[in-house]
Amino acid sequence: MARILMKGNEAIAEAALRAGAKHYFCYPITPQSEVAEYLARRIPEVGGVFLQGESEVAVGNMLFGAAATGKRVFTTSSSPGISLMQEAISYMAGAHLPAVIINIMRGGPGLGGILPAQSDYFQATKGGGHGDYRVLVLAPSTIQEAVDLTMLSFHLADKYRNPVSLIGDGMIGQMMEPVEFPEKYEEPELPPKDWAATGCKDRMPYIIKSLFLDPVALEKNSHLLQEKYERMKEEEVRFELYNVSSKIKILLIAYGTMARICQTVIDELKDDGVQVGLFRPISLFPFPEKQILKEVSRKNVEAVLTIEMSMGQMLEDVERAIFGAKPVHFYGRTGGVVPSPDEVKKQIHKLLSTDQGSRPRKRKA
Amino acid sequence: MTRNNRTIFERPEALYDVVTHYCPGCTHGVIHRLVAEAIDELGVREKTLGVAPVGCAVFVYNYIKTDFLEAPHGRAPALATGFKRLRPDMIVFTYQGDGDLASIGTAEIIHAANRGEKFTTIFVNNSIYGMTGGQMAPTTLPGQVATTCPMGRDVSLVGYPIRMAEMLATLKTPAYIERVASHTPRHIVHAKRAIKKAFTYQLEGKCFSLVEVLSTCPTNWGLTPAEATKWTEENAIPYFPLGLYKQPDEMESD
Amino acid sequence: MPGITIDKNYCKGCELCVQVCPQQIISMSKEITVRGYFFAQVHDPSRCIGCRICAIMCPDVAIEVHSNGLVYSLFDY
Repeated sequence: MARILMKGNEAIAEAALRAGAKHYFCYPITPQSEVAEYLARRIPEVGGVFLQGESEVAVGNMLFGAAATGKRVFTTSSSPGISLMQEAISYMAGAHLPAVIINIMRGGPGLGGILPAQSDYFQATKGGGHGDYRVLVLAPSTIQEAVDLTMLSFHLADKYRNPVSLIGDGMIGQMMEPVEFPEKYEEPELPPKDWAATGCKDRMPYIIKSLFLDPVALEKNSHLLQEKYERMKEEEVRFELYNVSSKIKILLIAYGTMARICQTVIDELKDDGVQVGLFRPISLFPFPEKQILKEVSRKNVEAVLTIEMSMGQMLEDVERAIFGAKPVHFYGRTGGVVPSPDEVKKQIHKLLSTDQGSRPRKRKA
Repeated sequence: MTRNNRTIFERPEALYDVVTHYCPGCTHGVIHRLVAEAIDELGVREKTLGVAPVGCAVFVYNYIKTDFLEAPHGRAPALATGFKRLRPDMIVFTYQGDGDLASIGTAEIIHAANRGEKFTTIFVNNSIYGMTGGQMAPTTLPGQVATTCPMGRDVSLVGYPIRMAEMLATLKTPAYIERVASHTPRHIVHAKRAIKKAFTYQLEGKCFSLVEVLSTCPTNWGLTPAEATKWTEENAIPYFPLGLYKQPDEMESD
Repeated sequence: MPGITIDKNYCKGCELCVQVCPQQIISMSKEITVRGYFFAQVHDPSRCIGCRICAIMCPDVAIEVHSNGLVYSLFDY
């Protein structure tokens, strides 16, 4: 398949179709409305269902209804819209329904802004709705990776019968990069969806629900969910190392667009004879705790610098993973401000020069 | 009384053979039976999907023998939309109370009706929140006492009860909308006709259909079942007039 | 001869059938069921006309109606 130059939002849309997800529910919100505009033209061509709802609340619930048919269904939105879908996502998790929810993040909280940000990390990975449930969360840093992870999301949603979320910031949605699509998305075998509501012919009726008034039954349902999440931690951790070696003193931890900026910084610092490494989580849940600890435990690594387009949310998972083994430092811009490579370089030099590496991160009073 | 002669009234097949959790005299039980009878008579049980609300009728899936989804409070029309659009070959219905449909779910029902979604909604209006213990609903009548309006609904504070059938009938998109009642046998016979008509419109893929069924709530109205019947006649029906509010083959005359 | 059977395990004693029976031949029992409800019963089966009105009114589908031919179909249901 030839490489074509495509905007992130449209590439994500096309990727979903290639994964056999032809049913899409949406509500307009910057910076990802192009997904809907693209699919409004494309879905009729592939014989799927395209529907714009009256709100993201309705869209999230249309997704629940559509997912119950057993077909691949998805929606895309941005931060405030994703907040409105949290109820439906909690219900889908509790009812063991697969669906893909893509968040092209913008600045928050509240109406916030429309520029790229990563300040929905907590909402995405710590379960934005109520109850003991998690959502598998993937974070691409290039448009090609967004295409690949979008397709993967549908496979994982079906594999675990659980909502899967792909989160990219506004840049991932708005950037144009050359991408390549497979003719057909090759994926491992999945069990048949015999749980889908297809009408009770020759069987007892199915009830797809999340209400269990008996506390023991509800606890059992939560245990079933927990088993999935343990399995995700075993099988679905994804990350990438960049320039991590025995020569680095500082390990950067960043994901999505922020990680790409760090890669630029690492390349430029190499020219100045400074070796810095990057650990890029791709799966934000399950979070690559063990793998981070392994890299941080290298004797040559003196300090960790977590960099986010937020006030520090993945930071808490990084600190939990490292558990004080090495000092953890943070640098972040938010609200739509994207840190420049020079800003990041300045932070690294500050760390290297004052040798703050040895003292653990002080919480500002 | 030997059973050798013909049975001319019995439990419909689409109704599980169980005792319901509904209070004595609550006409949810009647409405469940009417839906089950309509499903049986149209022969669609094995290709029907029900969407349960949050409220007393959340357990409708324990009583009506079809596949079911359980919706978050007020969202049943959205679930039904998502499902029906992907499976137009199946019969889809939502069963909702007035708290579910006329309060938290108003946007969902208005837009589903306005898009002309081809499913059927059974809207049970008993002018109160039942499951949660008798709070004021958007359909609680002026002056009617409820636990969150203990001095009676004060319209100067919380406005008048919403007439959903009339409101939805103003939408231009074709639909079948009728309000019926379930407190006397005569009304029940008519209600059954309306419910069956609604499912028939869906079977023909014609339009969105909604039947608002006035229902009783003896427990939370603080009345005996017999008194509740009278209350419906003297209070609910005057405010919520019964009748056909919209039908698809009306010639649009604008 | 038309007649009805009332399953007292389903009856919740709401008495709605009592008030709607055109023949006024249904009344409430003196003893209660295991659920604690007085249940409806026919005190004069011979006058039952098999009109089904009680069964139509019953919210708990506790009433079955039988007839061997002579059926008053005052309405189609």
